[in-house]
Amino acid sequence: MTLTQNFPFFSIILCMIAGIVTSILKPKAAKALTFFVSGSVVVLSVLTLSLTLRLDSAYPYMMGHFPSPWGNEIRIGRLEALMATGFSVVLCLSLIGGLRHSPAFVSEKKVNLYCIMVDLALAAVLVLIYTNDLFTVYVFIEILTIASCALVVVRQNGHTLVAITRYMIMHLFGSGLLLLGISMLYGITGHLLMEPLGEAVRAIVDTGEYAGPLTVVIALITAGLAIKSAMFPFHSWAPDTYAYAPPLSSAILSGIISKTYIFVLIKFYYRVVGMDVIISQNISPFLFVCGVSGMILASVMAISQRDIRRMIAYSSVAQIGYIYMGLGIGTTAGVEAALFQMLVHSVVKSLLFLATYELINVSGDRKRFRYLHGAGYRNVPAGIVFTVAAMSMVGIPFTGGFIVKLNLAISGMVFGGWMRSLVLIALAISTLLNGVYFLHTVVSIYRRPPGDIAYPPAEKIPPYALVALFASMLLIIYLGIGSEPILRVIQTGLMTFS
Amino acid sequence: MSKRRSDWQTRPQARIRKWFHEGFLALDDEIISQISQDSEPHQSYEALLEAQEEAVETRKHERTLALDRLDQYNVLVWARTRGRKVLSALHVILALVLSIMMIFFLLETVALMPRFGDTQAPGVNEVSQRYIEKGLDETGAVNIVAGMILDYRAFDTLGEATVLFLAACAVLILLRIDRNKDGSPVEELIAAESDDRHYEPRSDRILQGSAKILTPIILLFGIYIILNGHLSPGGGFSGGAIISAGLILYLNAFGFEKSGRFFTNKTFVMVSFFSLSFYGIAKTYSFYFGANGLDSGIPLGTPGAIISAGLIMPLNIAVGLVVACTMYIFYALFRKGGL
Repeated sequence: MTLTQNFPFFSIILCMIAGIVTSILKPKAAKALTFFVSGSVVVLSVLTLSLTLRLDSAYPYMMGHFPSPWGNEIRIGRLEALMATGFSVVLCLSLIGGLRHSPAFVSEKKVNLYCIMVDLALAAVLVLIYTNDLFTVYVFIEILTIASCALVVVRQNGHTLVAITRYMIMHLFGSGLLLLGISMLYGITGHLLMEPLGEAVRAIVDTGEYAGPLTVVIALITAGLAIKSAMFPFHSWAPDTYAYAPPLSSAILSGIISKTYIFVLIKFYYRVVGMDVIISQNISPFLFVCGVSGMILASVMAISQRDIRRMIAYSSVAQIGYIYMGLGIGTTAGVEAALFQMLVHSVVKSLLFLATYELINVSGDRKRFRYLHGAGYRNVPAGIVFTVAAMSMVGIPFTGGFIVKLNLAISGMVFGGWMRSLVLIALAISTLLNGVYFLHTVVSIYRRPPGDIAYPPAEKIPPYALVALFASMLLIIYLGIGSEPILRVIQTGLMTFS
Repeated sequence: MSKRRSDWQTRPQARIRKWFHEGFLALDDEIISQISQDSEPHQSYEALLEAQEEAVETRKHERTLALDRLDQYNVLVWARTRGRKVLSALHVILALVLSIMMIFFLLETVALMPRFGDTQAPGVNEVSQRYIEKGLDETGAVNIVAGMILDYRAFDTLGEATVLFLAACAVLILLRIDRNKDGSPVEELIAAESDDRHYEPRSDRILQGSAKILTPIILLFGIYIILNGHLSPGGGFSGGAIISAGLILYLNAFGFEKSGRFFTNKTFVMVSFFSLSFYGIAKTYSFYFGANGLDSGIPLGTPGAIISAGLIMPLNIAVGLVVACTMYIFYALFRKGGL
């Protein structure tokens, strides 16, 4: 095994050890270490991606001295490397753009605790992306849940405490369902690693013994992960949490963490159960219906919001709906579109939360649309990046959102009859609704402000934060113009995934 | 005048109200007579009539608006009292139905699962066979469970230990009350301290006497469980919990002043830092060597001896320290927001 093949393991262990070391560091050093870790993870992930592009197939990596059915294992393939790269880039850019606001939401003495949460959340995200073991999934989902609670609750006021209580209840319920599903699956197969599990599940499907429990297992794990990723009817925790958490935490939560759960779900479908079983067990129509209703109803709710952050939070639920619609279509093209949407949305949403915070800041910490009039002039860079991100949300050409909608529409085209029209109509309606609320926001930040409100003097954004904001913006445009290679990586990665 | 809706009189709402409330017309006559008395005599008849009609309409409109508001108010009151009750009852019923359905389905599933202890069950396969048959040779641990969690599946256990550390840090974020920059206590801390007086036993002889006898025994027992983790049932998680129980008993009997002599915030940070870093580094070493097909070179020793089973005993100690510190600091944080 060459040194490069160890890089995913290095990136995981680097984050974990950095999280532990951060507990004894001073605030400044803790911040520096967090930047260093996220930067190194970006570099390591990019190197891993370039390595996997040269290799033909994915390779397993033993965590210890014992091979597959006995010891823990991670698996490194194109798709995993691409996701790790995407998420770590998003985290790095969000940290550069958002960590400088830390005095506004966390006291100086608790900064290092916040950094621990960021480091360990990144570690858990990486493990969940790479892992090849269903029980490791559960353990690191636990880490992710606790870390995300702490990320929200660093800002302590009534709103966040109520939001986090709801978040905890829903997420622990989701974890419970997941654990129940995993233990039942172990009961009927006797395995925890994904390859032997897949074989055992295939045997169950062929022989029909324990087919009933298998259906329940699939339903439990799907429900657990759907709750955790804010799929539409289970989204009630999302708006408050995303809206009232500190901006950086919202960016991490909705940009990276909720997507990680969906990636785990895709991994479970592809590597353990097999997509054909999911379709034959009628799980995918359920996902499709939830996705479509989320796309439309969450957008309707977003329109009725008066607080800009809540509007963005609801739009996040709507965008998760796109991912589930792609999954629910069930074809390879649909899942590819869903995976691409995960990447695009993680960049766009984290950028939106950060840019919104800048806009709110120059409006004297007021969140209502009425007071945001003219914010685009008071903070020009934030206005520009917000506009581009909003355009991507709506799906205007040359942004990532357009490619997502195009791919979803194309993947719906393979069906005949009502299914095709349903996909196209749902996309059309939700695009229209997205247009209503995002373009309304863009217009309102460029309107003339009412004369009777005094705004604080605009503070200068430091150059590094500007670089991060504009880098995210360019990434969105790149995903819209140069999406071909990324789509090809997703395509080939998905082929070797199962 | 300008804000008045022109169609208020033709709205069905207004018609229903007119039909509903008798005495409406009588009121109109009263208004007209009042206005005609007040008005100046030398105005033209048309102008007078117009003014009268205008005034009547205004009064009618105001009346409708007031009734509208009354309706809205009644609806609001209903929503706040009866409506809320109805909704919550509905919620309870739906939740009950959902729970009963879930219980039914899960019981149904359990009935279909392989029977406990069945030798033909899918769980009896090469995985558990190797753990049981070769576990002692490969890990050196007499206690198969310790061998499994700390050697075969050590990565999961590294995650579990991190969960504890993370949970402690999360509670620190939520509950720790920091002092001011110059070291003086903030108001919250003073309030928490005075609150805590209720729990401080100043001279509880029975508690202190039994704690004096029990604490050392409990601590020793915890240490025994940790050190024998690879030989007998137990290990870091259970032993750590026992040690923390002893520490909490000591704290309850003698108060923060005395326990603060050997366990401060710094102790927690340092102990968990060192044990977790040791765990992380040791496991990094063995993962790296294992994945690259190299021999780790750690001797397994004679099975059954106290110094045997390679890294399992030191790892158990590290896990035990983390668990003990975490549980102790949980207790302290929930009691008064710090040590």
